[in-house]
Amino acid sequence: MKEYKTITEISGPLVFAEVDESIGYDEMVEIETADGETLRGQVLESADDLVAIQVFEGTSGIDRNASVRFTGETLKMPVTEDLLGRVLDGSGNPIDGGPDIVPDERHDIVGEAINPVSREYPEEFIQTGVSAIDGMNTLVRGQKLPIFSASGLPHSELALQIARQATVPEEDEAGEESEFAVVFGAMGITQEEANEFMADFERTGALERSVVFMNLADDPAVERTVTPRMALTTAEYLAFEKGYHVLTILTDMTNYCEALREIGAAREEVPGRRGYPGYMYTDLAQLYERAGRIDGREGSVTQIPILTMPGEDDTHPIPDLTGYITEGQIVMDRDLDSKGMEPPVNVLPSLSRLMDDGIGEGLTREDHGDLKDQLFAAYAEGEDLRDLVNIVGREALSETDNKYLDFADRFESEFVDQGFRTNRDIDETLDIGWELISLLPKTELNRIGEDLIEEYYVEDAGVDGDAGSEEAPADD
Amino acid sequence: MSQATDVAAEDRGQIESVSGPVVTAVDLDARMNDVVYVGDEGLMGEVIEIEGNVTTVQVYEETSGVGPGEPVVNTGEPLTVDLGPGMLDSIYDGVQRPLDVLEDKMGSPFLDRGVDAPGIDMEQTWEFEPAVEAGDVVEPSDIVGEVPETQTIDHKVMVPPDYEGGEVVAVEAGEFTVEETVVELDNGEEIQMHQEWPVREARPVSEKQTPTEPLISGQRILDGLFPLAKGGTAAIPGPFGSGKTVTQQSLAKFADADIVVYIGCGERGNEMTEVIEDFPELPDPQTGNPLMERTTLIANTSNMPVAARESCVYTGITIGEFYRDMGYDVALMADSTSRWAEAMREISSRLEEMPGEEGYPAYLAARLSQFYERAGYFENINGSEGSISVIGAVSPPGGDFSEPVTQNTLRIVKTFWALDSDLAERRHFPAINWNESYSLYKDQLDEWFEENVSEEWPERRQWAVDVLDEESELQEIVQLVGEDALPDDQRLTLEVARYIREGWLQQNAFIEVDQYCPPEKTFQMLGAIRKFNEEAFEALEAGVPVDEITSIDAAPKLNRIATTPDDEVEAHVEELKDDIETQLRELY
Repeated sequence: MKEYKTITEISGPLVFAEVDESIGYDEMVEIETADGETLRGQVLESADDLVAIQVFEGTSGIDRNASVRFTGETLKMPVTEDLLGRVLDGSGNPIDGGPDIVPDERHDIVGEAINPVSREYPEEFIQTGVSAIDGMNTLVRGQKLPIFSASGLPHSELALQIARQATVPEEDEAGEESEFAVVFGAMGITQEEANEFMADFERTGALERSVVFMNLADDPAVERTVTPRMALTTAEYLAFEKGYHVLTILTDMTNYCEALREIGAAREEVPGRRGYPGYMYTDLAQLYERAGRIDGREGSVTQIPILTMPGEDDTHPIPDLTGYITEGQIVMDRDLDSKGMEPPVNVLPSLSRLMDDGIGEGLTREDHGDLKDQLFAAYAEGEDLRDLVNIVGREALSETDNKYLDFADRFESEFVDQGFRTNRDIDETLDIGWELISLLPKTELNRIGEDLIEEYYVEDAGVDGDAGSEEAPADD
Repeated sequence: MSQATDVAAEDRGQIESVSGPVVTAVDLDARMNDVVYVGDEGLMGEVIEIEGNVTTVQVYEETSGVGPGEPVVNTGEPLTVDLGPGMLDSIYDGVQRPLDVLEDKMGSPFLDRGVDAPGIDMEQTWEFEPAVEAGDVVEPSDIVGEVPETQTIDHKVMVPPDYEGGEVVAVEAGEFTVEETVVELDNGEEIQMHQEWPVREARPVSEKQTPTEPLISGQRILDGLFPLAKGGTAAIPGPFGSGKTVTQQSLAKFADADIVVYIGCGERGNEMTEVIEDFPELPDPQTGNPLMERTTLIANTSNMPVAARESCVYTGITIGEFYRDMGYDVALMADSTSRWAEAMREISSRLEEMPGEEGYPAYLAARLSQFYERAGYFENINGSEGSISVIGAVSPPGGDFSEPVTQNTLRIVKTFWALDSDLAERRHFPAINWNESYSLYKDQLDEWFEENVSEEWPERRQWAVDVLDEESELQEIVQLVGEDALPDDQRLTLEVARYIREGWLQQNAFIEVDQYCPPEKTFQMLGAIRKFNEEAFEALEAGVPVDEITSIDAAPKLNRIATTPDDEVEAHVEELKDDIETQLRELY
């Protein structure tokens, strides 16, 4: 391995060095500083005589006499089943004081695209025990479903609740023991948040089936671009080679994108929207698309990335590009949060694209699809009417409209607000849905098949609810 | 791509620098847009800039580990596709490599690098049935015979358009591979089933005509209000989650085209898998054969190399043009053209070109219009008529239609289906906004609808449009004062508009009887609502209160006509009309 002492320029996270051999794009680099510290980096651009290197740990301490070694290979993640139960830093080194990792294999962290022909379409329902998700925006195995949140909202609690409760009811019934694992990739979260996650993992015993990658807020920003790739490489290995069903939680994607922007700016690239690099869509896709199932392989990778929307604006490039790649989103809402709802999920802008193939007879229940459509339509109607009530008052509204308003209130308080410790199975979720939708007269239920109304409609649901409007023109 | 097989007079250069998908090479003798093989692994790329001795190449594969000094080999040919029987029922990446063949060759579910394969199977034999005999004179593009490509489609074998043509001296029926000569001409030209064509060049035609036939989509809001013509262009812009892909897929399944080319450009892997799994199972509504028999899929998902995303729309439309030359009606769906534009932007910025609006290259508008201009209803050189309809999804950032890709697309296309996140949130699908959308083909297609469905088609459509317009005006007032403050006739109009929206415009892609709605049913359903409208207003005039009118038993049934099977709908609607009439007249 040749060593160079030819650094010509140091700028932000970048180091430029002159070379006299061919250096591969993306190759790993080690830089030794004058005081003997070894820093790691990656080749960002390789020309005949000059390479640009991005240094993960930051460039402080590097001077022009530092020596640069090219390892001749791209960044690899050492993988083994023994990673389960371990806590690693953002570059994959153990920080839990445990033994060194003896890898079975070393995998390239960039990952290769799954051939669309080799994929298996995800349609196995995952029961998270959260009504707002199971009932309205169902998660399936192999899906990538982000949580769109904002600073100060309890997205971590929701993610932990999902990690704690997720099961596949079909398999439980069949008595099949599915190998379930969690890969947790933290990027730029605070020590306190990290402690919360760790405490919950330890308390519930989830840690022994988890691999945790921690890049904290004070760790180098550039390292954040590597952390999710390390995590996903591990997830793919566990899923497609060891047969685990892996739930991958990545938090917080916003910090990851900030790191991309920082590198882009240091390289003096032409910036795209809001200063983020023009290739951010491609870059994010290379992370998010590493979810799925493969034909003939046992395991699956399901992704729940978390991102905090700057200014709660879902047109900001980070949530926007994410939404175009992922298969839906779960949206957290500050108004619902201040009402004290747990989880404060706003189901209307939330969406699960893979839902329709994962629900229904034989998967969840025959009435699920129709009921969900009707709940959405009714809640949207109720929401619209709330604006109107503010202007004209409830008296000016028709009787049916008042029922919609009652429905919307009770939908929030009974269906969505279940608490972070309640685990509802799908039947329970759907039964609550029927109880609520039956507040409306049958004639309003135009999204539900007549036979299903016949079977599930709760006849006297409206009566105990509001005493004001009983006895319509029925008896004359 | 078959260049891998015949790199003959090769020019070699060396890599000078590598930055993502952009590689520069020195000492390479190449023309613009030549295909080159880059590095020791032979990654496929295309020349996009030449400056002095330095040639810039966009590489269609991942470039990790590729370094300066490695060789670059020029094939001397532009990016071409292999045309011939075997394209239908195939799944390609953005440079026409068959993905199932790649899976076998790589022996892995992950896409490796440096593996190439021709776009059509060169070994497979086809039953050739000649349409000419010795002594006939053929001209470029003439049909000389056909092979049964799938159960649905007979593949016409044509004289390549760049041949001179002449007298047929030898022709034989029988089993041939695509590379064997099936017809020989007196000037020595030999015709095979296999042709190659550069993707960035439109195949020649005789004349572009005005389209007069609709592309029936089976979607009520499209056929009923905003129809697309065979040979027309349409854009579907919408924010994420508003149903672009579901709409595109419905069109791919049900549109009455002979051939469907579906391009998944920079979209989700799982979505493409759904198409790959569904299409071989689903029946083609025209013939009953599996849908794949008329379909070519191009899947270049968002995490596949960005340069191949740039080329996939050209690959798709060139395949479409080949079938058009045979006289078929082709429908091409590009999902999504924004990803294509972003690929252009990404490569442009790696080239350090001066950016235009929002970082897109200044040639964005030109590239978009060149692409959409390849659509149309054509008289082909061989005298047949064929069409290519192009339906492009657009993914505007933040759902903002003022961004450059949407705006430049709208300047070209004649049909605009605006998707709306409000409608999507209340699960009104297809979430196409009826106030914003338009179709400029409406008038020229009226004649067809009058002839084939009903004389009253244009008039009934206009009635629906008027009611919806009135509703949106009234809604503004309702927002302020509440519905009860409106006079009775206006409240009734709101009710009628609601039946149009919920009973007619809404369509459930997940219910079998409703996913495809023939134009006759579209027309009859609207007829029932209109009947209600007439009878209801008469009752109102006779003094019946609105609440009583809308609470007749027959009224909720207006929202459920869609789930009546196609062959029973006429009787059902007649019965419903009678019920409405009797029940309303009983009230006064």
